[in-house]
Amino acid sequence: MSKNVSIKYALDWTTVFYYVVLVFMGWISIYGASYNFDQASIFDFSQRAGKQFIWILTGFSLAGILLLIDSRLYNIFAWFIYVSAIILLIVTIFVAHDIKGSRSWLVIGPVSFQPAELAKMATALALSKYMSAYNYKLKNWRDLIPLGVIIFIPFILIILQNETGTALVYAAFLLMLYREGMNGIVLLIGSFTVVLFVTIVKLSIVPIQVDHGTLGMILGMVLILLVQIGYAIFFCRNQKEALLLLLGTIVIAITSYVLNFRFYLNYNYVAIFTVVASCIYWLFIELFNRYKKYWFLILFSIGSVLFCFSADYLFEKVLEPHQQVRIKVLLNMDDAPLGAGYNVNQSKIAIGSGGLFGKGFLNGTQTKLKYVPEQDTDFIFCTVGEEHGFWGSTLVLLVYWLLLTRLIRMAERQHDTFSRIYGYCVASIFFFHLMVNVGMVLGIMPVIGIPLPFFSYGGSSLWGFTILLFIFLRLDAARLERMR
Amino acid sequence: MINDVLQNRRYVITGIMSAVIVLYVLRLFTIQIIETKYKNGADSNAFLKKTQFPPRGLIYDRNHILMVYNKPAYDIALIMREIRDLDTVAFCKALSIDKSYLVNRLAEIKDRRKNPGYSSYTPQLFMTQLNIEDVATIQQSMYKYPGFYIQNRTLREYPFSAAAHVLGSIGEVSRAKIEADDYYNSGDYAGRDGLEYTYEETLRGEKGVEIMLRDAKGRIKGKYENGKEDIAPKAGQNMTLTLDVKLQILAEKLLKGKVGSVVAIEPATGEILAMVSNPSFNPTLLSGRQRSKNYKQLLDDPTKPLMNRATQAQYSPGSSFKPIQALVCQQMGGINESTIFGCSGPESSPVKCTHHHGSPVSLLSAIEQSCNPYFWNAFRVTVEKDGYGVKNAVFRKNFEEWSERIKSFGLGAKFSESDVYEQSRGFIPSEKFYNKEYRSVSGWRAITIRSLGIGQGEVLVTPLQLANVMAVVANQGYYITPHLNKCDSMLKKRHEVKVEKKYFPIVNEGLWRVFEFGTARASKIADISMCGKTGTVQNSHGKDHAILVGFAPRENPKIAIAVVIENAGFGATYAAPIFSLMVEQYLKGKVTRTEEEERISNIVTNSNVQKR
Repeated sequence: MSKNVSIKYALDWTTVFYYVVLVFMGWISIYGASYNFDQASIFDFSQRAGKQFIWILTGFSLAGILLLIDSRLYNIFAWFIYVSAIILLIVTIFVAHDIKGSRSWLVIGPVSFQPAELAKMATALALSKYMSAYNYKLKNWRDLIPLGVIIFIPFILIILQNETGTALVYAAFLLMLYREGMNGIVLLIGSFTVVLFVTIVKLSIVPIQVDHGTLGMILGMVLILLVQIGYAIFFCRNQKEALLLLLGTIVIAITSYVLNFRFYLNYNYVAIFTVVASCIYWLFIELFNRYKKYWFLILFSIGSVLFCFSADYLFEKVLEPHQQVRIKVLLNMDDAPLGAGYNVNQSKIAIGSGGLFGKGFLNGTQTKLKYVPEQDTDFIFCTVGEEHGFWGSTLVLLVYWLLLTRLIRMAERQHDTFSRIYGYCVASIFFFHLMVNVGMVLGIMPVIGIPLPFFSYGGSSLWGFTILLFIFLRLDAARLERMR
Repeated sequence: MINDVLQNRRYVITGIMSAVIVLYVLRLFTIQIIETKYKNGADSNAFLKKTQFPPRGLIYDRNHILMVYNKPAYDIALIMREIRDLDTVAFCKALSIDKSYLVNRLAEIKDRRKNPGYSSYTPQLFMTQLNIEDVATIQQSMYKYPGFYIQNRTLREYPFSAAAHVLGSIGEVSRAKIEADDYYNSGDYAGRDGLEYTYEETLRGEKGVEIMLRDAKGRIKGKYENGKEDIAPKAGQNMTLTLDVKLQILAEKLLKGKVGSVVAIEPATGEILAMVSNPSFNPTLLSGRQRSKNYKQLLDDPTKPLMNRATQAQYSPGSSFKPIQALVCQQMGGINESTIFGCSGPESSPVKCTHHHGSPVSLLSAIEQSCNPYFWNAFRVTVEKDGYGVKNAVFRKNFEEWSERIKSFGLGAKFSESDVYEQSRGFIPSEKFYNKEYRSVSGWRAITIRSLGIGQGEVLVTPLQLANVMAVVANQGYYITPHLNKCDSMLKKRHEVKVEKKYFPIVNEGLWRVFEFGTARASKIADISMCGKTGTVQNSHGKDHAILVGFAPRENPKIAIAVVIENAGFGATYAAPIFSLMVEQYLKGKVTRTEEEERISNIVTNSNVQKR
């Protein structure tokens, strides 16, 4: 049963409204950010605001065209689009010029754009296509492997272009995978890894009793033990064993403390020994009681211990020096006001100086005086914070929240899996960009250069987000025709 | 619905999203409303970072004689916003510029395409690298021109007009460099070539910062936290070179009017004592405001004064190749010290002899008399000692071995561990090369490549490599990578050559005889026993290149030298006296034969080379 409903009625105008509002506010902010007191109108095409206006108009036309295309084509051509995007990414690595170390821009005549922006859409389509096949179900680890491959190929190609920030966006698909049935433990382990990493890196320089171990490593082990106890209590309902473990840990801790009066004992090794002992303990319970529940716990603990050992190594050897610095800045380990933390510090000053109602449109001084770097691209949110204050920035975040929840509601009302998955992809990608970008400006996230959707200056990103969104709007408009 | 259980996960996802946004709103609330730190820090104030430039490291020679130092220079900067009622006539007069320059320069600064970081609130460079004389007039009247400032800088200055190629120069950093290295900003200076380039990071020091506060209108309100957060500039590290500036100056004098180069190395340490390339230029020419003008002039000069011939020019070594040939052929068992070959002088075939001496000749007298047929025969019997084999296989294997052993003397490749800037690789042909050249593996034999035997043909070396070969002969079997920065850690860069020590004494003896009885006997000094080899290299550009390579004293050698004079004639006539004078200077501390010094210095082999 298919009905042909005119796009005018079927289109979700609420989302379009949010979109237009965000794009408009972004444009105004770009004008504010690059405004120099002695500058001409917002339509001056030699300036960034004027250029953004052209991008916006072309973006609208692009949206119109996308709405006119038959919604079935996205489904049919999903693989074709994905493969083309991959080829484009590969070509870019070889063709692109080196711009500040990144090789991600393709230049065609006067226009230059980043294929990585399109690759997000292509990957979302490919994932939707693969997962909506009628015999596909996301049940165990094995079902995740092909999805991993689909995500990994563009991810690694973008890393090769030296755009680590853009590549990280692919982590956003985890949210969609979670909705489609991936075990929630993956999200939990992910969060736990981040906590462990921060603990180790930040606290591994804090010694205990001069040379008796480091705070980072011991806290890391304590975290692992806490997870074990929590798991035993909440998942296995085994209060007795959890209690035993807790007691054992305390006994070991006290013994080692007392022993340290007479002998030299490094607490790091004591902590690791405790975790290893706990693993052996779980192993015994596992083997003798045949619970089949603790395998995960043992694997998890061993993995975490190994991770603790390698976290410092990862931090120093795998991360590039500038990435290390960014993380150190975030963890307050590098707080020279003019050192590496300068950008984030200035961005916080700019936002902080906005106060409740801001300094007023075009009256921001921090951003005008070029104290904030990249103020019209990655740090655009500073301008909002400074010129429109708490009120304005909260309003912007509110519109994003409305858009995101709207997208999720729309995704859930789809009748076919393809559209729903694609909808979740779109929402996840927007959310990830918002979280990382605004978090960075507010000093909560490390400095990762990815744009704020619809706000940041730049044709590639605006077009990329527009395409991403309007393909979903087109699919949504056709939801009554698209039954499966 | 199909996915009813999973549908509930929408609430988890919405929850995560909402939580993050609420967290951010709370954070905004803290930063913007609760915390006053940020507000006070920025309410209407902002930082102005004033860069403080460190003095660049000084450069000394091996005897601690100053070779490069700094003199003050001045930049004029402007802040566009602050310029008020500029009296252009007086301003231009004070700076001795014309009005059109001022107008053009201002337009250039404002043009965002040429000056992407432009802001009318931040300092922009107006004129750079002015001397004290240039700013003397305007300095007192600076208050009349609001918006203009004088910034202190330093320029390089040289007590001697010497070693321009080695020292190199500094210049404004390129855009590419600014993008590649965060340390640099537009208008900064960095080493462009030579040692200034190689040791840029050692010499440049670290910039300091003075943090000023200013209000929203851009007016300076004083120092931030009374200068507590200022960072003092860190001066660049001084450097001591291996060069002996007296030897360097003497060598430059002797090369006047000639095209060529001289390299002197201390064999035991690999330290370069002198490195000269002529035509050269006064290093002061590339320092300061006139740099770009002078640079262009030097670049357009047909005698190529900017090229460092000592490391970049490649020549066939000619007869100076014979000592290595003698060593490698002995090592491979082709000849030994009693091997003799016949020589029929100019009638010899296929390689003619250019000298007159008895026949047959032994290895010793072959070196002494530079007998071409001897070395051709030695080369032939070495590579053909086991016959040819099927498709030349045996011969080619021997040739490849010969090539590898020759390369072990530091030939055919750059000294990759060295700090010498812009070296050429030179060339030692390999088996592969000839297979390609003659289009088949069996298309070539010893006779085809006979000129290799006497250092002509495809083999190419740089003067630096030649001097290093002499260091190997002086050391009897090894060399330390030649270098310019005096530091003991370089002693670890020791390279053994693929010829055993026992084959060296006879070559050593032969080279000594060259100065005692042979081709270079005219340049002998009574109380120093010198070893060397002359070379007279045919080439397609005119007269032969004159070469002399050698070391002295014979026992416990202190200096190894290579002299190459392009298109001069006999090595014995033009290159040997230079070697001899330099040995005297270095070993005795001064030259007693001043007439000889003047005579050599006045010889002009190329009339295009101006006497500088």
